[in-house]
Amino acid sequence: MAIALTRKDFVSDQEVRWCPGCGDYAILAAVQKTMPEFGISPENTVFISGIGCSSRFPYYMNTYGFHTIHGRAPAFATGLKISRPELDVWVVTGDGDGLSIGGNHLIHVLRRNVDMKILLFNNRIYGLTKGQYSPTSEVGKVTKSTPAGSVDFPFNPITVALGTHATFVARTVDVEQKHLGEMLKRAHAHRGSSFVEILQNCNIFNDGAFNDVSDKGLKAEHQLVLEHGKPLIFGKNRDMGIRMNGMRPEAVHLGNGVSESDLVVHDETNLSLAFMLGNFEAPLPTPVGVFYAVARPTYDGAVNKQLEDARAKQGAGDLKSLLSRGDTWTVS
Amino acid sequence: MAVPPEAAGQAAVSQDSAGHALKPHLKRDHVVIRFAGDSGDGMKLTGMQFTTESALAGNDIATLPDFPAEIRAPQGTLAGVSGFQLNFSSSEIFTAGDEPNVLVAMNPAALLANIDDVPPNAVIIVDREAFTDANIKRAGYKSNPLTDHSLDKFQVLEVDVTKLTTLAVHGMGLNNRAVFRCRNMFVLGMLSWLYQRPIESTLKYLESRFKKTPEILEANVRVLKAGFNYGETTEMFASSYEVPAARIVPGLYRNITGNSATALGFVAAAVKAGRPLFLGSYPITPASDVLHELSGYKNFPVYTFQAEDEIAGVCSAIGAAFGGAIAITTTSGPGMNLKAEAVGLAVKVELPLVITDIQRAGPSTGMPTKPEQADLLQSMYGRHGESPIPIIAASTPADCFDCAYEAVRIAVKYMTPVILLTDGQLANGAEPWLVPEAEKLAPIKVEFATNPEGFMPYNRDSETLSRPWAVPGTKGLEHRIGGLSSENLTGNVSYSPANNELMVRTRARKIAGIVREIPPIEVFGDPGGGDLVVLGWGSTYGPIREAVKHVREKGKKVSHIHLRYLNPLPRDLADTLKRFKQVMIPEMNMGQLLKMVRADYLIAAFGFNKIQGRPFKVSEIENRINRALEG
Repeated sequence: MAIALTRKDFVSDQEVRWCPGCGDYAILAAVQKTMPEFGISPENTVFISGIGCSSRFPYYMNTYGFHTIHGRAPAFATGLKISRPELDVWVVTGDGDGLSIGGNHLIHVLRRNVDMKILLFNNRIYGLTKGQYSPTSEVGKVTKSTPAGSVDFPFNPITVALGTHATFVARTVDVEQKHLGEMLKRAHAHRGSSFVEILQNCNIFNDGAFNDVSDKGLKAEHQLVLEHGKPLIFGKNRDMGIRMNGMRPEAVHLGNGVSESDLVVHDETNLSLAFMLGNFEAPLPTPVGVFYAVARPTYDGAVNKQLEDARAKQGAGDLKSLLSRGDTWTVS
Repeated sequence: MAVPPEAAGQAAVSQDSAGHALKPHLKRDHVVIRFAGDSGDGMKLTGMQFTTESALAGNDIATLPDFPAEIRAPQGTLAGVSGFQLNFSSSEIFTAGDEPNVLVAMNPAALLANIDDVPPNAVIIVDREAFTDANIKRAGYKSNPLTDHSLDKFQVLEVDVTKLTTLAVHGMGLNNRAVFRCRNMFVLGMLSWLYQRPIESTLKYLESRFKKTPEILEANVRVLKAGFNYGETTEMFASSYEVPAARIVPGLYRNITGNSATALGFVAAAVKAGRPLFLGSYPITPASDVLHELSGYKNFPVYTFQAEDEIAGVCSAIGAAFGGAIAITTTSGPGMNLKAEAVGLAVKVELPLVITDIQRAGPSTGMPTKPEQADLLQSMYGRHGESPIPIIAASTPADCFDCAYEAVRIAVKYMTPVILLTDGQLANGAEPWLVPEAEKLAPIKVEFATNPEGFMPYNRDSETLSRPWAVPGTKGLEHRIGGLSSENLTGNVSYSPANNELMVRTRARKIAGIVREIPPIEVFGDPGGGDLVVLGWGSTYGPIREAVKHVREKGKKVSHIHLRYLNPLPRDLADTLKRFKQVMIPEMNMGQLLKMVRADYLIAAFGFNKIQGRPFKVSEIENRINRALEG
């Protein structure tokens, strides 16, 4: 039964304390705006986070919330979701929280396909600890801890998620409110682990990291919006596309003998294609949208099915007979 | 078995159904048998089955398995020797025995690894064919111990176990490996005859174990019976022995290991609480059996989550606790370290959780299959910040049930993580367990907050100081908890210095207040005081109690106090200890309870410490008591 809810139902009474101009505000606004559409009341919604700027998120949502420890939010969320499968569970994490200290939990929750939404705010920097490079920072990055430039090869969140065979993998951008809202809806509609990388600007320590996909003047040339069943077209005049040259993708201008039919058509169910798109880097455009979405039984669903089956087969557990089973004897 | 009451050692001759005179049997008060062989020889299984047979015969029993960390170390080497010791008795016993009266050695390495523990005149049973030149050399012997007179002070019985096993299954067409694996049943059959044990329970076990492989079942049954008949017919044994039933508290009994009792205690607590049980755990010796056992109780319901690591194990449990489950995690020392940060969070957010540390010999990987008690101070203090946690320690395998149950009761009542300490010896050791009546177990009351009127997540119960348990799904109680310092009552993030101190002190008071739950100390011996009191905790219970009994029988004014509650300590502990001239604290560590007692009470207690991955012998404690009394 749909419940009439408004944005206000999801806004907590706590003052939001991110830096002025932080991309997190935009994400919070999009989430609070979109939540009412799901028809799930705040008491049945739980936001769980780890540590970092993004992980303050639950405090600002008027739902149940748990601000846990660094990197472990997926593990807390897994325990909750397994034992309370009816709850709508969200994890909010960042590039440091989710891919560095919590990398292990992230890959395992994704491979298990526990039914939850995982929003990874990627700003390619450690913000809360004031500006060290993160596991998504580019090689050569000069930060407080890398004055001579980082020599640390970065993770790509999308291909990490695809590598685990996560069942839903998407990317969006903090300032793209409409697209962000659409991705939240797609993620929510998916059963299983929905992984959404949100490119997020840290205007204090890494300002403009994603300018090419967020700046109004630049993004049309650098952003490739993925749509299932549609050819890969981008560019201000929508005159650029992605074509396969043998085994390699290339960006081509439409016209002069190149038509739409020569372009790659996006297929969300094709893991190899998703992986190829996930690996796009300049001069190829940055894909946003749903890379991969397939149906697979959820972990929590399978676990609870085993419990139901056991109960159907053996009946509800009986403590008395459990305690006195096996080889017993009576002393009189 | 209907045997007239006779003085111990007196022979009785019975007849078989055809009226033929059978061999006489002699009475014994108690017998200690140690089975030793390659870790693949099935010695643990043999020991466990003999234990079941003995329990069914009405004896009091105590067992101590001893196995290597390597699953299959090279055959015939000392590293691969696995053992199982069983003490069965017609009177109350507390340990698996200091030294075996009977050693079964399946090969030269098993003999060499155990011979130092065997007293003169004890019986040693060996598989003669295993004493080949190669095996003798591999074990590290210079000459054949069966022929070089080095065993002259023992009664050595050489049995052709391998050959007789092979003959028993002759014509079945089994391969050598399958035949070899039946050898343990021959030994079991032989000893079952020697001590007049009924083999029905073993037959039943074999039937269920080999349900799907009828030929293996038949082979094992044939060999078991062949061993039994061998005892009766061969001239090797002049008599059999009888250990009459012990006089123990009436009731229904079953044989139980500590890990099994721990698992059942948790299930019972969850049933009583009316909530699902959730275990988040990562495999680690010697804790994994609790995970294995609980994974079979899904219909209760019990959730078992084998996590990607120790940290995820505890974090998932905390997540389940947030959702209202009876949440537990199980581990051993190294895993405790990994969980520490998350346990600190559970202290801070005040959610119920039981962390079970089945202690093993450390530091680091140490000796994973051997017991130790060196995680007490880690449990007390091994976290960042001020984070007090109640600690409960089990003293015997069966006591693990009560302690697991009690740990959940306290966790839920006080909204706090609780640490339950057991160890590798309790985990794998077994004893008869008086099965509790489910309806008589202490109530565990779970009352979730439901009323939004004036609800605040840190609004405490005036008596227990516990905060309300408000679970997701409850309308109007939406709230956020987290690791950041939080404001009293509302739980909102707060950096107020005074508020932080208030919250730290309030949590400390809450835990200290659990002292109300602790019953008065029971002194075994002289409650009014005496020359010496032995203070213990955990699995040292058996050897301490037996040693104190021995010295008291000799008229010494020595008493025993054994602690279940280690944090908070019982409120009458200091006054009770002060009534004794000396306080001795034996521990399988460097003196951790000792440090706590001395620090808290300024009592000049002294320690007695053993860090060998082996339990104390009764005689070791007895000697130390006597030395202390001599001044």
